[in-house]
Amino acid sequence: MPCDQAHRVEAYLDGELDAADALTLETHLETCSECKTLLAQLETMRAALRGSASYHRADAQLRARIDAALDKEAPRSNVVAWYRNVWAGAAGGAMATAMAASLAFFLLLPEATDPLITDITNAHLRSIASEHLIDVVSTDRHTVKPWLAAHADLSPPVADFSKEGFKLIGGRVDFLEGVRAAVTVYRHGGHIVNVFAWSNYDEDLPDFATRNGYHIVFWKSGNLIFCAISDTSIEDILHLSRLLKALSQTDARE
Amino acid sequence: MDDRRRRFEAQALPHLDAATNLARWLTRSNADADDVVQDAMLRAWRAFDGFRGGDIRPWLLAIVRNCWRTSAGDRKRRSHVSLPEENSRMTSEAMTFAGPSPETSAVRSDEGRKLDAVIATLPEEFREVLILREMEDLSYREIATITDVPIGTVMSRLARARAMLREKWLGEVESEASNAV
Repeated sequence: MPCDQAHRVEAYLDGELDAADALTLETHLETCSECKTLLAQLETMRAALRGSASYHRADAQLRARIDAALDKEAPRSNVVAWYRNVWAGAAGGAMATAMAASLAFFLLLPEATDPLITDITNAHLRSIASEHLIDVVSTDRHTVKPWLAAHADLSPPVADFSKEGFKLIGGRVDFLEGVRAAVTVYRHGGHIVNVFAWSNYDEDLPDFATRNGYHIVFWKSGNLIFCAISDTSIEDILHLSRLLKALSQTDARE
Repeated sequence: MDDRRRRFEAQALPHLDAATNLARWLTRSNADADDVVQDAMLRAWRAFDGFRGGDIRPWLLAIVRNCWRTSAGDRKRRSHVSLPEENSRMTSEAMTFAGPSPETSAVRSDEGRKLDAVIATLPEEFREVLILREMEDLSYREIATITDVPIGTVMSRLARARAMLREKWLGEVESEASNAV
């Protein structure tokens, strides 16, 4: 039967035991040959992984490619610090959300070139910081849709796309440039996707935008404007937008 | 060069080797890895204003991993959900990747080549924790953040990775050693 302390040997090797537990294990190692052998094997493997296995370094060609790609990026002299010490956008995940929630962020307004995108990004940041994610918590479209109709005066398509990887978790009301928007909130893996819907916005909108690592996709359907924002991949957001477009068409026929 | 670019280069570029190493071990293809690294560095650049202080390496490696998952390789992977048994078989792709490269073949030890081949055949969820722990020396918490799983899962995956490595590589090395005596 394997020694019941064996699982602690790895944590010990990895420096993840606190001082008291490490001391207990060291005492145990003096008398348990099984754990002693295991530790020796783990140390041999570590030495080989650090000494003999390939460590792939970036070659000159890759460095040059990255340098050239960075050169092509537009200068961002006006981009501001959104919030402090947050694993922004690309890193994503529950940890980022938790960290964002626990830290104050300092929001300075960038130049008013695209106030709508700024508003959307700010609303998304506020929502993942848990200040205001959901007003109505439900995975049931028959709860979320009437709630939005009553509170936002809008009736965007709502459905739970769990099977497609987008779980409906609720809805809320938000304001974009002072205009009331109905927001449906989906969870995709560790990512939150906010889908804004509003009407009467006649300015030309881009199809896509990226702000601080967040991808934003716009589309129109019926008399509503839609915008989905998340730190997940643009492909995933487009997937959700296609699902919602198809749903708009179904709703319109009903 | 503006100040932002200078800061980015000073902070992120020292970890380009770590990013490349992770990407190559994840993709097991030098060309795919370079695309992933380039994509990741661009995303890191765009998200750089959100990064303040702390250790930039786990942040960067999390982006590398996300880029890898959203890359073309990810779609292939999803359409071909592999079982550990299937994945652990020595694939020709893994063999090619783990094979000696021109610049290193002369000096690479036999031990190193065998070890590379074994790592390359580990299922990816075990391979990534092993690389992050043993080659990058990251903590369980950092690895949990990068791979977006609970710490307990990191520990069990790491234990499993090491058990597989022990079985496939150490077993072989030890039996050879005893044969040689």
